[in-house]
Amino acid sequence: MTRLLRHRLVLPIAALLALIILNTVSRPTFLSITVRDGQLYGSLIDILRNSAPLMLVALGMTLVIATRGIDLSVGALMAVSGAVALTIIDGSGSPDAAGTITLAIVAGVVTTLIFGMWNGFLVSVLGIQPIIATLVLMLAGRGIALLITSGFITTVTSAPYRFMAQGYVLGLPFAFYVSLVAILLVALIERRTALGMLTEAVGINPEASRLAGVRSRGIVWGAYAASGLLAGVAGILYSSNIMAADANAAGQYIELDAILAVVLGGTSLMGGKFSIAGTVIGVFTIQTLKSTITFLGVPPAVSPLFMALVVVLVVLVQSTRVRTGARRLWAMLRPVKDAEAAR
Amino acid sequence: MSVEATAPVVEVEGATVRFGREAALDDVDFRLFAGEVHSLMGENGAGKSTLIKALTGALPLGAGEIRLSGEPVRMSSPVDAQRLGIRTVYQEIDLLPNLSVAENIALGREPRRFGGIDWRAMRERAAAVLAELGVDIDPGSLLGSHSLAVQQLVAIARAISADVKVLVLDEPTSSLDADEVAELFRVVRELKDRGVAILFVSHFLDQVYELCDRITVLRGGRLVGEYSTKELLRIDLVQKMLGRELAEVPIRRGEEPDPSSRVVIEAQGLTRGSRPRDADLRIHEGEVVGFAGLLGSGRTELARLLAGVDRPDAGRLLVDGRPASFPGPRRGIGMGLVYSSENRRTEGIIGELTVRENIVLAVQAQRGLFRLMSRARQRELADSWIDALGIKASSPEQLARELSGGNQQKVLIGRLLALAPRVLLLDEPTRGIDVGAKVEIQNLVAEMAANGVSVVFVSAELEEVLRVSSRVVVLRNGLLVADLPADEVASSALLALVMQPDDGT
Amino acid sequence: MSDVTTVRPLDAVAARVRRFTSRRASWIPVFAAVGILVALLVAGQVYFGNFVTPRVLSSLLLDNAYLLILAVGMTFVILTAGIDLSVGAVLAFTAMLGASLMAQGLPAALVIPVMLVGGALIGLFIGVLIQFFDVQPFIASLAGMFAARGLAFLVSLSSIKVEDPVILWLQSKLFYIDGWFLSPTGIIAILVVVAGALVLQFTRFGRTIYAIGGNEQSARLMGLPVVRTKLLAYVISGACAGLAGVVFTAYQGAGYPLNGLGTELDTIAAVVIGGTLLTGGSGFVLGSMIGVLVYGTIKTAISFLGAEQSWTRITIGILLLVFVVVQRAIVARSTRRR
Repeated sequence: MTRLLRHRLVLPIAALLALIILNTVSRPTFLSITVRDGQLYGSLIDILRNSAPLMLVALGMTLVIATRGIDLSVGALMAVSGAVALTIIDGSGSPDAAGTITLAIVAGVVTTLIFGMWNGFLVSVLGIQPIIATLVLMLAGRGIALLITSGFITTVTSAPYRFMAQGYVLGLPFAFYVSLVAILLVALIERRTALGMLTEAVGINPEASRLAGVRSRGIVWGAYAASGLLAGVAGILYSSNIMAADANAAGQYIELDAILAVVLGGTSLMGGKFSIAGTVIGVFTIQTLKSTITFLGVPPAVSPLFMALVVVLVVLVQSTRVRTGARRLWAMLRPVKDAEAAR
Repeated sequence: MSVEATAPVVEVEGATVRFGREAALDDVDFRLFAGEVHSLMGENGAGKSTLIKALTGALPLGAGEIRLSGEPVRMSSPVDAQRLGIRTVYQEIDLLPNLSVAENIALGREPRRFGGIDWRAMRERAAAVLAELGVDIDPGSLLGSHSLAVQQLVAIARAISADVKVLVLDEPTSSLDADEVAELFRVVRELKDRGVAILFVSHFLDQVYELCDRITVLRGGRLVGEYSTKELLRIDLVQKMLGRELAEVPIRRGEEPDPSSRVVIEAQGLTRGSRPRDADLRIHEGEVVGFAGLLGSGRTELARLLAGVDRPDAGRLLVDGRPASFPGPRRGIGMGLVYSSENRRTEGIIGELTVRENIVLAVQAQRGLFRLMSRARQRELADSWIDALGIKASSPEQLARELSGGNQQKVLIGRLLALAPRVLLLDEPTRGIDVGAKVEIQNLVAEMAANGVSVVFVSAELEEVLRVSSRVVVLRNGLLVADLPADEVASSALLALVMQPDDGT
Repeated sequence: MSDVTTVRPLDAVAARVRRFTSRRASWIPVFAAVGILVALLVAGQVYFGNFVTPRVLSSLLLDNAYLLILAVGMTFVILTAGIDLSVGAVLAFTAMLGASLMAQGLPAALVIPVMLVGGALIGLFIGVLIQFFDVQPFIASLAGMFAARGLAFLVSLSSIKVEDPVILWLQSKLFYIDGWFLSPTGIIAILVVVAGALVLQFTRFGRTIYAIGGNEQSARLMGLPVVRTKLLAYVISGACAGLAGVVFTAYQGAGYPLNGLGTELDTIAAVVIGGTLLTGGSGFVLGSMIGVLVYGTIKTAISFLGAEQSWTRITIGILLLVFVVVQRAIVARSTRRR
């Protein structure tokens, strides 16, 4: 039983469950799902749909953090991919054509993939600290997005494009499927190939891994490239949701939410062992939290305050000091058992 | 000068420290007198570091008493010990490389003027202390701009800059070359003449015998005895440390090189910076080649070049008669050349991964991303090496960082052997390991050579090099100065080759 | 040991340079920053013609006084190898708090200390998380940022105009000297820079800050008050953010909850460009000041060009990149040589 309790996903799952219970208690309709026109609606469905961009970004962030790095540029990259995609659709004569849409999406994602590879180059080849390397794009990226849209918030009307964020397939939101595919792909690649173990080795001790013949450079580079790619897809989803390319609002603070989700899921910022499942739980926790805050009538502008509370709670629980204190407290409450153990 | 006539500065009586049920120190007595250099000897795990931690306030005693100049003291932190005049200079220089020498010496007791720090007075005071020790450096220079040996002397300067009764030197010579060791000894003798009580902890027997007046031997957490260096033979000292006769421990030496056996690696004029320069060397199949030389002579650098870990600036490397270039360790491994770094903890073992993962890592890296070894296969591979090497771990899923140094080294060797290498380059594989594990690794080397694997064995302990190798290569200041069969060299001759001062070439 | 009978002049110069580099190696990035600043000013003058004038240069200080104060606080934190992402949000929060209190009639003499204390308390909160709960500075200051931003909106969702005469005087009163002008906010900023530099150079607290950045473990073993000092570093950063809030409120004449969005990044960029290493232990307040001036110059140049302000961030990003790559190259070269 204690072995199960010590599994590192226990705390994240417990946190999520606690949140869900809290929500259900204060609004019983939280768990209800209604069907309309063959499509499911409800708070839970909203969470599944709205968490998609964060899910994608957080998956990429998990890989980067595992290599002992960080990617602060993901929000700006979201703005860039949205800007590229919408500019193409806007400029083409046929905003509804499958060809235009495909071109737009591919162009947007490839652009951020290249930017991700640029980040990877700075970190793995030039050896620049990840915070600084990705800070550059964080500062410059939104400006670049604005340049692409010539300073405007490009809006388009295109039914197929809007489908991505707002459409349904088999009753569930399309965006959720995007999340699912991403999760499955990343999990498969990390655990069914050697990439997972090698990434952990590189994150824990890059030099020892290199001497053991691990392609450290390639792995680090790949992590940033993946992060860029996933940010690009997230940006497409975001712009599809508002049908606009808003270079300033797209992905604002998402890098912080993503880092929080990863940490909530049990992956350490120091790199090394990581957990995709943990990140998934972390993302749902954050999204549920946001939904809770909105429901409580707190103006969204004030919601960061609650995020701060959550952060503090999470780090307190994860902190070793609190843990040893709690353990001591627990030991004090069971004096008889302890005396026996000492024999 | 009879040291026994006066009262001891430090007296420890009945010291006991328990970790759970284990006694790291069990009723140990210890005496240290003013004006003597005293050495604490014992194998790893004998209790040396525990006693030192207790003396320097880093660890509380479970039982027993520490008396300073006759007065019992209670120290709850290293700061308490410092205030009582007990100063320590650690192996990893615990100073601040980004601050100046003067500031490092004075930090915490800076001279003041108008409520702020007086920089000129600080520099002057530092210059005075350094001059006392005969060290000639600019007190205003950044500490980090100096060599490790100089930084250590600065650490000593800091230790003596305020009232010091006891100076503890913890493995001070591990990273120093012969000249620097001589300089350190001169300083220590200065302090000894001034009446400071000095505790010198080192595993280099020669240095202990050269510098120290008395030795205290610990074994298994208990006191074996207190002896004068003049009266204790080296062989007796080792016997007291080990508790058994040295001769009982069997050693196998590598076989004589067969002149007709294949040359696996040939180095021609290998040069990288100033160490090594212009190295020519041939390594045959099944040979054990020992690299002997002082620290900084280029042994590690040459080994790394041979393994393909580093790229040479000039010269070339032939593998199986064909020139080869190595953009990184991967290529070397691909050709069967594997290297085990001397920094086991920072460049070898990956602490947070399990023993199994550490062992299969290199094999998995060679197989590439898409050919993942199944868990069963990994388990099988790990188990076979754990058995073959006698690795003591609670299970293959134990984290590598929890193992002892000797077992970690075995895991590292297991990782490399799993690659079925042709040439194994071991850099200081037995450093910091207890004698039992040392012998096991040395025997392993002989066994591998008998199976046709070539081994390069780099070690600072000349006796070990002679014992293990079939051929010995001597490096001095980056140049390869000798290349001889091992049984043609006596250890004293080898020492001469290694230490002969450069005559300006 | 060689005999020094005759010292050739070139040898003497070489010896001087060597001594300088071994004593003052950490000043070199600062000189590089000064070089960049001078190059920018010269380029601006050549291109625009009326760039390096007393009016423009005075405005440089005036417009960026808040950033200067933030940079001083951030320098303290970064020197300990930490980081403070909350400063922009704390600036906004203290501005809102102050504006709200003044709108209710409280005098500036009371409100300004409250704003400083407010910032300091958030800094203390962050410091406690880092020091006593082993939270990484990134996450802890992130929490502080979230908290402060939320609190800012809690005070009011929209901006609050400030009509307090003292506050307005801070910005509007201009002392003219010969074409140059200086406002009280500018004076405050300069005083903060001087105070910061003096503290870091001449007090034990300041030297402990450098020690912590150099090797925290060693600093602790040496008996230095590491815990207290790290806490104070974050308190100082918070208080500076509070002071910057005062200055910014004076500048805008109002408190606006969306103030300071992204300002923490500008601050970090300025400090790094000014030669302070993110790894801690090396850097100077004067360098950070140069970094802020570089930022301000670029911003001015961009407005001269009539281009959009978003170009400022891009240029700072590129400059930061160039700076960091060059720093990296120099470090790589010097470690190779040894």
